[in-house]
Amino acid sequence: MDTITIGTGTCGVSAGAEAVLEAFQRLISDNQNNTILLAETGCMGMCYKEVLVEVKNSQGEFLYGDVTPDKAAQIFQEHLLEGHPLDEWLVLQNHQEGNERDFILKQHRIVLRNCGLIDPMSIDDYLSKDGYKAITKALMEISPEELIQSVIDSGLRGRGGAGFLTGIKWRFARQSPGKIKYVICNADEGDPGAFMDRSVLEGDPHSVLEGMLLCGYAIGASTGYIYCRAEYPRAIIRLENAIKQAEERRLIGENVLGSGWDFKIKIKEGAGAFVCGEETALIASIEGHRGTPRIRPPYPAAAGLWGKPTNINNVETLANLPWIVQEGPQKYAELGTEHSKGTKVFAMAGKIKRSGLVEVPMGISINEIVFDICGGIKDGKKFKAVQMGGPSGGCIPASLGETLIDYQQINKTGAIMGSGGMIVVDDSTCMVELARFFLEFTQNESCGKCTSCRIGTLRMLEILDRIIEGKGEQCDLDQLEELGHQIKNTSQCGLGQTAPNPVLTTLNYFREEYEAHVQDKCCPAHSCSALVNFMINSENCTGCMICTKDCPVGAISGEKKQVHFIDQEKCIKCGKCITTCNFNAVYKD
Amino acid sequence: MGATLEHHEPKRGIISNLKTAFWQFNNTPGQLIPLLQRAQETEGYISEMAMKYISGITEIPESTVYGVITFYRQFRLRPQGEFVVRLCDGTACHVNDSRLLKEIIEDELNLEGSDTTADGLFTLELVACLGCCSLAPVIMVNDQTYGRLTPQTLRKTLKKYRRLGRELIKEREEKCNLEIGA
Ligand SMILES: Cc1cc2nc3c(=O)[nH]c(=O)nc-3n(C[C@H](O)[C@H](O)[C@H](O)COP(=O)(O)O)c2cc1C
Ligand code: FES
Repeated sequence: MDTITIGTGTCGVSAGAEAVLEAFQRLISDNQNNTILLAETGCMGMCYKEVLVEVKNSQGEFLYGDVTPDKAAQIFQEHLLEGHPLDEWLVLQNHQEGNERDFILKQHRIVLRNCGLIDPMSIDDYLSKDGYKAITKALMEISPEELIQSVIDSGLRGRGGAGFLTGIKWRFARQSPGKIKYVICNADEGDPGAFMDRSVLEGDPHSVLEGMLLCGYAIGASTGYIYCRAEYPRAIIRLENAIKQAEERRLIGENVLGSGWDFKIKIKEGAGAFVCGEETALIASIEGHRGTPRIRPPYPAAAGLWGKPTNINNVETLANLPWIVQEGPQKYAELGTEHSKGTKVFAMAGKIKRSGLVEVPMGISINEIVFDICGGIKDGKKFKAVQMGGPSGGCIPASLGETLIDYQQINKTGAIMGSGGMIVVDDSTCMVELARFFLEFTQNESCGKCTSCRIGTLRMLEILDRIIEGKGEQCDLDQLEELGHQIKNTSQCGLGQTAPNPVLTTLNYFREEYEAHVQDKCCPAHSCSALVNFMINSENCTGCMICTKDCPVGAISGEKKQVHFIDQEKCIKCGKCITTCNFNAVYKD
Repeated sequence: MGATLEHHEPKRGIISNLKTAFWQFNNTPGQLIPLLQRAQETEGYISEMAMKYISGITEIPESTVYGVITFYRQFRLRPQGEFVVRLCDGTACHVNDSRLLKEIIEDELNLEGSDTTADGLFTLELVACLGCCSLAPVIMVNDQTYGRLTPQTLRKTLKKYRRLGRELIKEREEKCNLEIGA
């Protein structure tokens, strides 16, 4: 039977997957064709080619990119009915050939093993990919202690940011005295440039549930919570459905698979606070309080949710586990470097040609990801840096592009592995402004408990604002550094301890850019409005006179149908002309 | 000033909805946030009445409830506009000039520093990563996503919604007049 599969993850839907789905539905019913099956799947990783449609028939598997309802009609007619694949829109063929094959060649999919291949709403699809075999095997053959030992042997580290060895954390929770214990899946994904946890939840929710079951069995818990961002409605729907299906098959609930062990899973919706990704704040939030972190120890393994021993793991960490149990810890540990085993998923975005989700073995270099997998920088611009770890992370300059994806190596640069957001920037991005962006984010999200974090980050932000407005002085740079180190040393939780990182790393690697702002009062990236000249591109300007009318200080002159001119003496650099021009004729120089 | 859209009356059903939710949650610990979420789902924001009611049934002091509401970004104490414009200011959108889009939206909708327009039609909300970074810069208007925006396409999109808004107000005015006439 021929199958058409459409990617309906959030990325696909926002690119118009629903209209394409409807188009195919209509085509199939108009043709009264019942030999063609229409299916949905999660994010396939190639977000830059959404809407993605896969056609599977006797000729093989064909993946089309940038599909619209019009193209759908043509694909249906020519490929499905007449048997002629449309080469120009083809991105992949049989998962390895085709125009976009470079994107997948260096990837190694463990966490994303099912994403984009199965229907996330169907437990049978998951079962057909050996789903729930790991927990069955564990319950029948493996003791909790053995299970913990094999997770330790695999070398798996927490993918939520801190990179703590998962098996060791489980052992603490197992050894903690107490009858009632909890498992929490951290699906709060707070980094504003990351979406890998969401894609896993949307594309393969059962693998996360199975990971939680394994964890629950290992530590001796009977209840699990998934703390999911409320901003992820699609993920929540798919999780709810997955839990219901698993309960019906007696994989979750009382007496799991007849083993006598009970395990329930509940979903808790977050309410929009970055700091709630921190484990103690997350626990406070589940308990119904303001999500403020508390001092550790005691760690959640000793006293977590409602004071009971609790183990918290990230979505990606959990999704690794069924594979590790099935394939054996040695196979996992074969991948990667001495201290960083297995694979890591990155959400690639920014000024890059191919943005999307990539899963690579640890030990690959940043350059390989940026150039070999993601095709390098858009519009022929120059690679400047990658930002890793979001607001807690730092910038790694292009000159250190050979750095390997490895916890130690990345920490050495001053950045962190983080949860997997990787934003690539080119030479038109101002590093001072980028640092300011992250600091503003953490400053907003500081819960306010520690003075150094609440007030220190605000002072740093004020200094950065001054620099960007061209009012900075040389001593500001030293003060930024001093404040940054103080905040790091005196904050209580990870938010404050890492908030200065974006500023400190850019100060370290791009100091000359800061100096250009304070000494020469110029922005080398031509980005900070106060430090550039607004100019009119004579080729694009049509002489429509709109900007001359909109300029609040009357700095723009020009006749109808003649190229306009900005009087630099009068210009107050408000940028209004850029936003009103319909012809993209105003630029910053 | 023309007609505005009336929002402030408490929606019918809020109390009964909260009652059901309270019964469903069966007085388990940690029910405060889900109750607030239910209230906001029903009314679009958390009204004073809903807040007082929740405080009463859970026996949590009003000041604590208020503290929880203001801590979380999701909760609103004021109603939103008919069209909610969510501007993504996640990292990918930010490096693709989302701040410029913000200025354009404020200008086009005459927001003048507030987050909701005077006629109650539009609310601008800044959000972190909508999850379609490959389409950056992105906005969402209610449930519809618009990606790869330029100043020009953004203005065009907003103009479309302003037209819709004007029609909406006119429709309501006519309905109102009819009711008065009858
Ligand atoms: C400010 C802050 C935000 C965090 N946000 C997240 C998050 O969004 N997702 C996550 O999995 N871990 C986050 N963490 C890390 C968690 O505290 C915790 O270490 C993690 O969930 C443990 O799971 P793992 O061992 O599987 O990584 C955050 C930590 C801090 C300090
Ligand atoms: S940063 Fe805007 S969609 Fe991700």
